[in-house]
Amino acid sequence: MWLDPANPQLNKNGELHHLLSLEGLPANILRQILDTAQSFVGVTQREVKKVPLLRGKAVFNLFFEPSTRTRTTFEIAAKRLSADVINLAINISSQSKGESVLDTVANLAAMQADMFIVRHAASGAPYLIARHVAPEIHVINAGDGRHSHPTQGLLDMFTIRHYKKNFSDLRVAIVGDILHSRVARSQIHALTTLGCPEIRVIGPKTLLPSHVESLGVHVYHDMREGLKGVDVVMMLRLQSERMQGALLASAQEFYKYYGLTDDKLALAKPDAIVLHPGPMNRGVEIDSSVADGRQSVILPQVTFGIAIRMAVMSILAGN
Amino acid sequence: MPGYPLPDAEQLLQALIDQMRPEVGPETGLIGIHTGGVWIAERLHQALRLKVPLGALDVSFYRDDYEKIGLHRDVKTSDIPFDVEGRHLILVDDVLYTGRTIRAAMNELFDYGRPTSIRLAALVDRGGRELPVSAQFVGTTVAVGKQDRIELQRDDQGRLSLLLTKD
Repeated sequence: MWLDPANPQLNKNGELHHLLSLEGLPANILRQILDTAQSFVGVTQREVKKVPLLRGKAVFNLFFEPSTRTRTTFEIAAKRLSADVINLAINISSQSKGESVLDTVANLAAMQADMFIVRHAASGAPYLIARHVAPEIHVINAGDGRHSHPTQGLLDMFTIRHYKKNFSDLRVAIVGDILHSRVARSQIHALTTLGCPEIRVIGPKTLLPSHVESLGVHVYHDMREGLKGVDVVMMLRLQSERMQGALLASAQEFYKYYGLTDDKLALAKPDAIVLHPGPMNRGVEIDSSVADGRQSVILPQVTFGIAIRMAVMSILAGN
Repeated sequence: MPGYPLPDAEQLLQALIDQMRPEVGPETGLIGIHTGGVWIAERLHQALRLKVPLGALDVSFYRDDYEKIGLHRDVKTSDIPFDVEGRHLILVDDVLYTGRTIRAAMNELFDYGRPTSIRLAALVDRGGRELPVSAQFVGTTVAVGKQDRIELQRDDQGRLSLLLTKD
């Protein structure tokens, strides 16, 4: 096998071949992606926002689960790298006619795909695809089940580094529905690798995974306690579509205890920044006055997400 | 140090300044190519008292060896803090060799706008061109072998020097 069996996203030289998860990625690769993205931010401010790196390459957006923002930013990023982009919303296509995931991918590979951007409701689906594609094809995980959303984690790291410069003296709080959140897992792995000394997760017991402390984070059920003195507040979306059973009394109760309001944010450091991966449920996990307030960096996150995805695609396609 | 003693980089820089002084105007834009070319461009910019701010290019996103060797590890940010459109430009690099870097730099520049003209200044021209590129301002020409690498270095005081290494 030409990929590293212990970490199938790396090739034998330790270079990134697929991007499947931030877990197990060394700090030098994370930094390489963040630094490269910084250079792409410059490109996106020019008159011509395109570079020729992926000219002649075909990038397939394979979305087995709906998404607007992530799919669009991947599409913009690929186009700015001069790739040809083909968007497939599979839930309304062959899958509904009974075709298996691997058959779909094999057919698309036969159409000379160079890269697959995969979103799937099942954890591990991008791994399955990565194991079965030809060696010259690259796979990027755009969110799989509750498992991982590596480019979101990377753009969050980019945003934090942009405003806070380095990670070594930061207190970061991740708030809300940790249980269902692939974003939270990606954030925790990346923050840990980049040397963030204190990561807090804040949420009700029913929305925290049972083993969460084993990731090296501090658990808070009282949001006011957890936000005290933090530099960064990373809000998560309450994922009502993944809720099964009685995890929550109601969205109103969630807002009362875990919604980010101005008075709760005042407990964090005065220069704390607020992130949210979107889409936001205003009045559920975040109040509008915070979302649109001076400490919010939610829209810059979206812009930086394009540069991050350009960096990941251009590094992968070159390795 | 084998074979060829390399000339003194500071003297070559002075030679470049003397060649360029009568050829630049107040609106000339100077653009260094990372990393050595930016060091030289900084010194030229100061010595020629140019009032247009200095530009810097990292051509990694335009290189023609991306398919072969992938993206460079240490990509710097290109920064052109003036309008390229309609301006006379001078590109600055440390060592002119195959011409491929200059091809990449020109492609990148045109994504900022359409300059009136582009000229090239190089501290050292080592021959070996693979593309039809030539420099209008040259510190010196040297003949070295294919295995030789000429590298520009800058010490803590900002003094430039040339180093010859074997691949």
